[in-house]
Amino acid sequence: MTVLVIAEHDHATLKPATLNTVTAGIACQSGDVHVLVAGANAAEAAKAAAQVAGVAKVIVADSPSLAENLAENVAAQVLAIAQNYSHILFPATANGKNVAPRVAAKLDVAQISDITKVDSPDTFERPIYAGNAIAIVQSSDSIKVVTVRTTGFDAAAATGGSAQVESAEGVADSGKSAFVGREVTKSERPELTAAKIIVSGGRALGSAEKFTEVMAPLADKLNAGLGASRAAVDAGYAPNDWQVGQTGKIVAPQLYIACGISGAIQHLAGMKDSKVIVAINKDEEAPIFSVADYGLVADLFVAVPELVKAL
Amino acid sequence: MKILVPVKRVVDYNVKVRVKSDGTGVDIANVKMSMNPFDEIAVEEAVRLKEKGVATEIIAVSCGDAKCQETLRTAMAIGADRGILVETTEELQPLAVAKLLKALVDKEQPQLIILGKQAIDDDNNQTGQMLAALADLPQATFASKVEAAGDKVNVTREVDGGLETISLSLPAVITTDLRLNEPRYVTLPNIMKAKKKQLDTFKPADLGVDVKPRLKTLKVSEPPKRGAGIKVPDVATLVDKLKNEAKVI
Repeated sequence: MTVLVIAEHDHATLKPATLNTVTAGIACQSGDVHVLVAGANAAEAAKAAAQVAGVAKVIVADSPSLAENLAENVAAQVLAIAQNYSHILFPATANGKNVAPRVAAKLDVAQISDITKVDSPDTFERPIYAGNAIAIVQSSDSIKVVTVRTTGFDAAAATGGSAQVESAEGVADSGKSAFVGREVTKSERPELTAAKIIVSGGRALGSAEKFTEVMAPLADKLNAGLGASRAAVDAGYAPNDWQVGQTGKIVAPQLYIACGISGAIQHLAGMKDSKVIVAINKDEEAPIFSVADYGLVADLFVAVPELVKAL
Repeated sequence: MKILVPVKRVVDYNVKVRVKSDGTGVDIANVKMSMNPFDEIAVEEAVRLKEKGVATEIIAVSCGDAKCQETLRTAMAIGADRGILVETTEELQPLAVAKLLKALVDKEQPQLIILGKQAIDDDNNQTGQMLAALADLPQATFASKVEAAGDKVNVTREVDGGLETISLSLPAVITTDLRLNEPRYVTLPNIMKAKKKQLDTFKPADLGVDVKPRLKTLKVSEPPKRGAGIKVPDVATLVDKLKNEAKVI
């Protein structure tokens, strides 16, 4: 049998999450790995997918109905070819999580969320209870529909492959949902899920202005992604897609610097697999220190600017 | 407009669960249970739509053992008009819950179904999308804003990279994200009032649904622990450690 990976892309480029998902696909040990690029004018993304090491075939479905990742249409596109596969893997991104359960339900199979390891073709590991427990689950369904936590798998090499590219007919629009508009958080910084270094701010920053004033220079200096705790996002100090945690972004950079973040279990769930964790907090009892490799008990308004200067 | 709001009884978000020593699951005996926080946001949103005159009736649904009645009473104290318990002691997985909800959608014909985006116990993030697929309805997951507009609903969603707005024709399924609203505190008079509201009970068999689990949990274990770190006295030491010991900058 064959494994199908659903590409995360913006039509022109392939998103890094796809590469980690390809690695998970190879780990399923169920034959070739195919990649579906469902998009509109997505030839460039398909070309990039064909170069990923380990990919045998790229199927590109190009249709205006697939321009905005509407779940109804993307799910229909996946379902059109689903029966050819033993495994259908989505990256556990906002898009992947949106579409995968729809595909599973239509196939009348369970979906396995956020896997961090493949033990065997039918057995997977996944965190539950905000990462406070790891469950090993076995699926008896004929098709395994899975979302892949990208931090659990290395990225496949983006080049070196030479997959054949095949076209599939794009599905018709469902007529039940329509795209209205988008507010993109503009940022020159690395995306959180791909950043090697992340600096993250909490409620202690006190305002959106202070958040930017204190955290941005540190991020700039380290060429880091900027993250935030839920408290900081709820308070409006940072945009929603900066939220790191159980129900926000799950990250595992080489270095995570938490500034003024107390470390609620929901936040720890999103970052505790980082290689090195630094915590700067003036409360020495803050739970964040229990996961920090290096803790600095200090006022962040003093320590962070000092750190920027010292780097 | 009728709104259906499924709610799940879960371990309270402040509880740090312990894995059972025999590896069969987590220990939830004598642990505080609450309504899944995302579902509370869902109930609140439905109540606000009723207060705006958009919704006429709110039905809360919970699937699980008899204790889920408490969760339904909480939903009714926030403002749901009546409750439905689908009672079973079987382990319920998202596909089974979605099938039970689909049967209730057929029965009650709601225009909107609002659910939490994920439950904080199994962290699956599946049920809303599965229900939408089974009922052939459009979906808007991770909602941060809901605006009814005639026979459509406009929903702003929290996605990677920012926000996006989509328009769905009704009936439709919406799943809630954290920023949609801040649920009200339930007052004592409303708790008392909720006790008198109608609560119907069904069994999965009454709804013609086979809830047998599809996934078998082989083992539940503790995650690997991080080794204890050190406290550094000042910024200079921190920079030195990062450069020369951890070698990450």
